[in-house]
Amino acid sequence: MKKIWLVIRREYLTRVRNKTFILSTILLPLFFIGFIAASAYLSIKSVDREKIAVEDNNGIFKNSFQSDKVITYEFPPDVNAGNFKERGYSAFLKIPNKYDSKLDSISLISDKQLGITAEDKIKGQINAAIRDKAFLTNNINKKILDSINAIDEEDLYKFSTVIKQGDKTAVSNSGLSYGIGFGSGILIYITLFIYGAAVMRGVMEEKMNRIAEVIISSVKPFQLMMGKIIGIAAVGITQLLIWIVLIVGLSSVATTILSPDTLQHAQSINTSVAAAGANNTAALNFLNTKNEILQAPWALIIPCFLFYFIAGYLFYASLFAAVGSVVNEDPQEAQSLMLPITMPIILSFIIMTTAAGKPDSPIAVWGSLIPFSSPIVMMARIPSGSVPAWQISVSMISLVAGFVLTTMLAAKIYRTGILLYGKKVTLKEMGKWLFRKS
Amino acid sequence: MDILELQNLKKYYATQKAVDDISFSIPKESIFGLLGPNGAGKTTLLRMITGIFYPDSGSILFEGKKFDPVKDILKIGYMPEERGLYKKMKIGEQALYLAMLKGMSRTDAVRKVKEWFVKFEMQSWWNKKVDDLSKGMSQKLQFVITVLHEPRLLILDEPFSGLDPVNSNLIKEEIFKLAQKGTTIIFSTHRMEQVEEICDRIVLVNMGKKILDGSVKQIKQDCKENIFKVGFETIPQPFTNNIFEIAGSKDNFLTVKINDGYNPAAVLQEFLTRGASIISFNEILPSLNDIFIKKVEDTKFSRQFEKVN
Repeated sequence: MKKIWLVIRREYLTRVRNKTFILSTILLPLFFIGFIAASAYLSIKSVDREKIAVEDNNGIFKNSFQSDKVITYEFPPDVNAGNFKERGYSAFLKIPNKYDSKLDSISLISDKQLGITAEDKIKGQINAAIRDKAFLTNNINKKILDSINAIDEEDLYKFSTVIKQGDKTAVSNSGLSYGIGFGSGILIYITLFIYGAAVMRGVMEEKMNRIAEVIISSVKPFQLMMGKIIGIAAVGITQLLIWIVLIVGLSSVATTILSPDTLQHAQSINTSVAAAGANNTAALNFLNTKNEILQAPWALIIPCFLFYFIAGYLFYASLFAAVGSVVNEDPQEAQSLMLPITMPIILSFIIMTTAAGKPDSPIAVWGSLIPFSSPIVMMARIPSGSVPAWQISVSMISLVAGFVLTTMLAAKIYRTGILLYGKKVTLKEMGKWLFRKS
Repeated sequence: MDILELQNLKKYYATQKAVDDISFSIPKESIFGLLGPNGAGKTTLLRMITGIFYPDSGSILFEGKKFDPVKDILKIGYMPEERGLYKKMKIGEQALYLAMLKGMSRTDAVRKVKEWFVKFEMQSWWNKKVDDLSKGMSQKLQFVITVLHEPRLLILDEPFSGLDPVNSNLIKEEIFKLAQKGTTIIFSTHRMEQVEEICDRIVLVNMGKKILDGSVKQIKQDCKENIFKVGFETIPQPFTNNIFEIAGSKDNFLTVKINDGYNPAAVLQEFLTRGASIISFNEILPSLNDIFIKKVEDTKFSRQFEKVN
């Protein structure tokens, strides 16, 4: 045990003291926060304002179109498709006299794409105008019509999904759980590759430098392999913790700076724009999600994330070590030997994308129980709060059992591979080593 | 008392009998040579002694007890032929790490490393990386790392390859000093002049089997071919006889090979009766190099792959 500890200590210290580690650990959260802050800022501040000239010969739309913060509609008489640009309009909306079949087209003429949101808004305005006109021609009172149009369903009720399993109930928010599930799935997916590859490179380094034989005359190959795997796991946890601390710290700093500004914006948009049926959702979402995020089942998510992060890594790390041990000088070899390991990880990622949206579909359930895919897939399901306790326990137990199994098998390959030079090892040979008695 | 006793060791690979029923023992406090051509099975044998490989069959006794890799490797120092160190790790730290893996406490390790670094004038290397060292320098470092924990059995695989004569001598002296202090040394090489100079006993292996085993003196005696060098005031005229054949002549010396059934006295008598004026008469023992070449020559130059059942 003392020797494993020495190996762990070396693996940990040499990596943590490395300049690349320090840089990537500090810079990544800065980039992350910077990215989020920048995109939030952009979505609030610099919305493209569009001024659109409308040709409305029937005069139906003039009363019906509502300008908002983003799009302003004007009805100048002498603007046409040829001169709207010189007149300072970004687009020209041409509505024909007659529109009652598929053949009649209302066209928006511009020298650039206005973007999908803008187009949707304009279409919404047109549809609303047509509908209003239909109501009015059928003798619906204008007042009644306006009061009906003014109903904002969001103000009338709050929709919630409640997951009920036995006597346990939990409110779930599928959008949020999708986000958290997808995020943690991706995080585990990426870390599996980053730290798995680190294990592989470490093993290859020891083999290439020929230090493996020196060390193996002092410690058992298994101790060396486990020491490396645990040492790198410790590096991973350190990095993760630093990231969490930095991200939480920086984002709380960021929100206190952004807050007053954001609030003001959100309020002004709320009062002036919401009634008009168009709103800038980004700023509102920004505030809403902050509250919603706090409602997610974090007490379950965080421990599970740590478990799957570590156990998933351990499950795959020994396999990466085994591959590293059989590679000779040629890095190309590593690529092809890694394929059997990377395939299940990539497959898990694909299952995860479905599992985050439909956490209780059969493929998600199976994927979250089988150790090869469970670290990634289960993490995508857990935020939904609908995963029964038995599934979590089965998944965890099978992952631990799987980890013990892969480690035992990988150790057999590792032990032989690490001292084998100048010989290309085939998968068939590795298979033979697995079944050889020690 | 033997420090190490190998009994009928076997280790077969898929296509080769790397070690095929080898037994010998190594007396305590001796310098022992393990010789053999490339691919004879030396490295496999050493890896079994250092606990890296398990033998397929046979047993190893270390200090009279069954070899227990976990405990006993702490008393063994092994410098493999393929030298290896962490290239990016600082030298001082690396030496400490490897010493502690051999079971030394941190304080002992620090003391020992410093002591050896002073001895080999390597003090300034502490914060350097192995990348910065020349081949000879890293060789010295590797030797220091191997002996730091004062092993009772020191196994050196080609310890002088890549060293200049000065550093070669430095290490040779240290090997002798360690031997005087009671360390048993196994010395694996195919440089015969070094073996003759350093080793008390040798074992010669080839194709996985032991061909020779004994003290250097004894082996030379056993392999001698009754060749004598006779010195004369003036070389006598050639004559025929059935006691010996003349194998060569140079200056005032004749090299004679005595035929079976005769002894040196008969040769002397023959010369004397013919009135030759002998001034010297010495037996020529074969050099280990000759013995090595002769013993190995009979077999194929390179080992063929074979079917192993």
